[in-house]
Amino acid sequence: MKVLCFGVAKDIVGGAELNIEGQHAQNVSELKEYLNKTFPKFLEYKSYMVAVNQAYANDEISISDSDEIALIPPVSGG
Amino acid sequence: MADNKIDIQILSKPLSIDACYNFVLNEKCGGIDLFVGTVRRWNKGEEVTHLLFESYEAMAIKEMTKIAKTAIEKFGLESISMHHRVGQVDLEGIAVIIAAASKHRKAAFEACEYAIDTLKDDVPIWKKEFLKDGSYWVNSRP
Repeated sequence: MKVLCFGVAKDIVGGAELNIEGQHAQNVSELKEYLNKTFPKFLEYKSYMVAVNQAYANDEISISDSDEIALIPPVSGG
Repeated sequence: MADNKIDIQILSKPLSIDACYNFVLNEKCGGIDLFVGTVRRWNKGEEVTHLLFESYEAMAIKEMTKIAKTAIEKFGLESISMHHRVGQVDLEGIAVIIAAASKHRKAAFEACEYAIDTLKDDVPIWKKEFLKDGSYWVNSRP
């Protein structure tokens, strides 16, 4: 599963794209759990959102390898 | 909704107030409200040297288009232009421009405020603030 990373998320995982091997997450909530475990630094920051196919996604939304998944830390445009 | 009412752009070169103004300028309108977001030197007592913006471009365009459509429907705007900068922006540089045109001024003022407030809350764009002694992603300090 490929995950796009932006802002501070990019710094935390060490790149703009994270490749997650194996079946670790079937929905957004499980993905966050996996990321918090793998990169405990995420826990130091305010909550981040996950986008699935370029739209904000709730914890219950299912995800698969064919989806475009992105980590959205608190936005700060403008 | 006709494309000639909405102009959304994310640009890596300096933004043009004229471009946004000219897009919304229309003989049906009696008022244009322009919001221009610029880079200031002092933030919470710390001295800023420059900002760096990055975006999740495809999604940012979608979210900005949503804001523009809502602004037109909710306030009865005639047209709206929203440009956001990515890359390095120095002091006094322009980070964002919103131009809203309507028959009368009230709708333009209100829609412009709605658009910039919602952009700041929802659009996946991030700014890194560079200070005299370090840098950090705004809203993401541990």
